[in-house]
Amino acid sequence: MATKIYKGIPVEVNEEGYFVNPSQWTPEMAAEIAREMNINLTEKHYQVLDFLRQRFLQGETLTIRSVGKSGIVDVKEFYQLFPGGPLKNACRIAGIPKPVSCI
Amino acid sequence: MKTNEEIPLKKILIICSKGTIEDVYAALVMANGAVMEGIDTKVFFTFFGLDAITKKRMNRLKTATVGNPALRMPGGLPFPSLLGILPGAEAGVSWMMKKEMEKLDIPSVPEFLEMITAGGGEIYACKLAADMFKLKKEDFSEHVTGIITVGELYQMAGGEGTQIVFV
Repeated sequence: MATKIYKGIPVEVNEEGYFVNPSQWTPEMAAEIAREMNINLTEKHYQVLDFLRQRFLQGETLTIRSVGKSGIVDVKEFYQLFPGGPLKNACRIAGIPKPVSCI
Repeated sequence: MKTNEEIPLKKILIICSKGTIEDVYAALVMANGAVMEGIDTKVFFTFFGLDAITKKRMNRLKTATVGNPALRMPGGLPFPSLLGILPGAEAGVSWMMKKEMEKLDIPSVPEFLEMITAGGGEIYACKLAADMFKLKKEDFSEHVTGIITVGELYQMAGGEGTQIVFV
């Protein structure tokens, strides 16, 4: 467990950088987390992050497939938005835990 | 003292040589999982594994009801081998397997191939097996990058942090 400062607010994150408490997250922090991963957030990114947070808060298991069916992006676009592990990276930026799904 | 530093997996080649539902899905789940982790992924289908990328067969994969001692009835009792030889038994069991997978939101074979290639993974068919089964490029899914030889497969296997998995 570690503490990181995003937008001037100390936030608890685990050893991989995921938020321990998703309610500490704000959309403004997302841009800062994304920059650590060399991603510049666009409107599309934010739509995906919103979708993931909503689904997570509803207790659903997050999968790449569900993002691909969200109507926001298809699977290919999702990979382009968050290169090198889209679901993992997007969840980290969205301030929610690392996804536990195999698909 | 030298430390045992771990080299992270950078590239994986998965060879799928079998055409049953469970073998094909083992290969596809591992391949898609690797793509999701940002690992350079190549899947090579050979022998009966070619069914998984053959347009006419990819939606009709089956699970063996004969010679499959791990097969159970719903409820957990062993599946009697004699039952397995009855017409329709294999189709019925395979249908049930697919239904159970659907409940877990596991994609169909064509959709899995699409997901793997959408993420930058590559799918190949084995030349020798394709020749043997008289299959051509047009018989395969649009997601198949090419029909390649074993030599070409090994050429792709270079580099530190590369592993080959055989299913």
